[in-house]
Amino acid sequence: MFDFSIVTSWIDSMLRGVMPAWAALTIEYVLIGVVILLVYALIALSLIYMERKVCGAFQCRLGPNRVGPMGIFQAVADMVKMLIKELIYIRNSDKFLFKLAPFIMITASVMAFGCLPFGRGLHVLDFNIGIFLLLSVSAVSIVGVLLAGWASNNKFSMIGAMRSGAQMISYELSLGISMLTMVMLAGTMSFSGIVEAQADGWFLFKGHIPALIAFIVYLIAGNAETNRGPFDLPEAESELTAGFHTEYSGLQFGFFYLAEYLNLFIVSAVAATVFLGGWMPLHIPGWEGFNAVMDYIPSVVWFFGKTYLMIFVLMWFKWTFPRLRVDQILTLEWKYLLPIGLFNLMLMAIIVIFGLHF
Amino acid sequence: MGVINYFKTLFGAIATLLTGLKTTITVFFRKKTTQCYPENRSTLKISERFRGTLTMPVVDGKTKCIGCGICQNACPNGTITVITRSVVNPETGKAKKELDRYIYDHGSCTYCQLCVNACPYDAIKFTPEFECAVFNRNKLVMQLNPVVETEEVKPNVEPENK
Repeated sequence: MFDFSIVTSWIDSMLRGVMPAWAALTIEYVLIGVVILLVYALIALSLIYMERKVCGAFQCRLGPNRVGPMGIFQAVADMVKMLIKELIYIRNSDKFLFKLAPFIMITASVMAFGCLPFGRGLHVLDFNIGIFLLLSVSAVSIVGVLLAGWASNNKFSMIGAMRSGAQMISYELSLGISMLTMVMLAGTMSFSGIVEAQADGWFLFKGHIPALIAFIVYLIAGNAETNRGPFDLPEAESELTAGFHTEYSGLQFGFFYLAEYLNLFIVSAVAATVFLGGWMPLHIPGWEGFNAVMDYIPSVVWFFGKTYLMIFVLMWFKWTFPRLRVDQILTLEWKYLLPIGLFNLMLMAIIVIFGLHF
Repeated sequence: MGVINYFKTLFGAIATLLTGLKTTITVFFRKKTTQCYPENRSTLKISERFRGTLTMPVVDGKTKCIGCGICQNACPNGTITVITRSVVNPETGKAKKELDRYIYDHGSCTYCQLCVNACPYDAIKFTPEFECAVFNRNKLVMQLNPVVETEEVKPNVEPENK
């Protein structure tokens, strides 16, 4: 399987050969930043297109099919429309926080995006507390949502922000505990270590019952974390117009929109990495020929294939279930997901101690 | 009791959620109902009940309309104008009212179907013909009964009861 670290180390050594180390590092940082932002935007566009197509199919219609073949340029046209729209600052709003909030959202999701392992050796931030870092930086987006609602000086925005505060902080717990369960199985918090540990079978199969429970809890909590699907209370368009981003227009709204879709991608990518092996091909111990064939598929294809599969599952949830009430959301978290998660953590501890996993 | 109820609701909820997921995934793979209109113009099927244009069916060169004007009164926005003429029956010598021209202004029709419901003789009905765009507003005003070339000069009057 192709190792992308060959390419990156070649670029590194080439740059270091012609210039001092600090200049090479600066160029590399800029390069990585540009690539990350580019991939970020492209993924967001692809997700908006996918969402509209999948939503259409679930409602027995075709979705966008006029702009370009199969409507693939619809998202691009939407983006151009959004870029040329006017930025409106409303009176009596807190101007500074109002402008700051979208940047906090987008920064949090870009930072989380940087933690993901896209392929073998294709990894921006890889250190020993990878999952911990990802959970912490993605939690920063709650601040963005709260600030957006507060600074808008609008009742709907405020209610939306308060709801999202209650919801996202609650579900952060289940998310952390289900991740902790898998970290216990893997024995490491670094993404590269977790992916390497799944070379002889994905954790979903290796950890059997507790891994499956953790997977389901993770999907529910992750979906709530992205403010999507049945958990879109903070935006609840039928009651709160658009929740915390009611007052935003143009590019600032675009930032929220982008961050929402990228959070969906990040949640799915983490699910794919931790439970389904990330970029690791499907390996079945003992089937050497099969494993060798699977190794021919590039690691990036494996990663994006699994991630988009998880995204499809989350979209399936979104277009199936009706929105929950606030009290129902908190009941689900505190009375069901959290006790199940804690019990599951204990179960996983027992299984790891006695070596009952595969 | 509480514990049993807890797990009962938990598994009951999971079962109902799975039912929902199963339903939506069947819809996902179902044939889509969207009609790609300009492409499928030749095969387009519009429901018979769709109200596109008001027409007056003609059988053997005659319509069922007796020119009573009930449709004209039923129309909420003056779309229909019924112009009648008086014809003397040569045998009995009695004068009888008869339809002369049935003027329908498509541009002001809201397709409410009150005229069709009001008609006592089922003389008019809506057809699903919907491609009615023209370049001139005058072309939207049309005569629904067949235009007959009569030797007598038509009373070129604007309808008196407009």
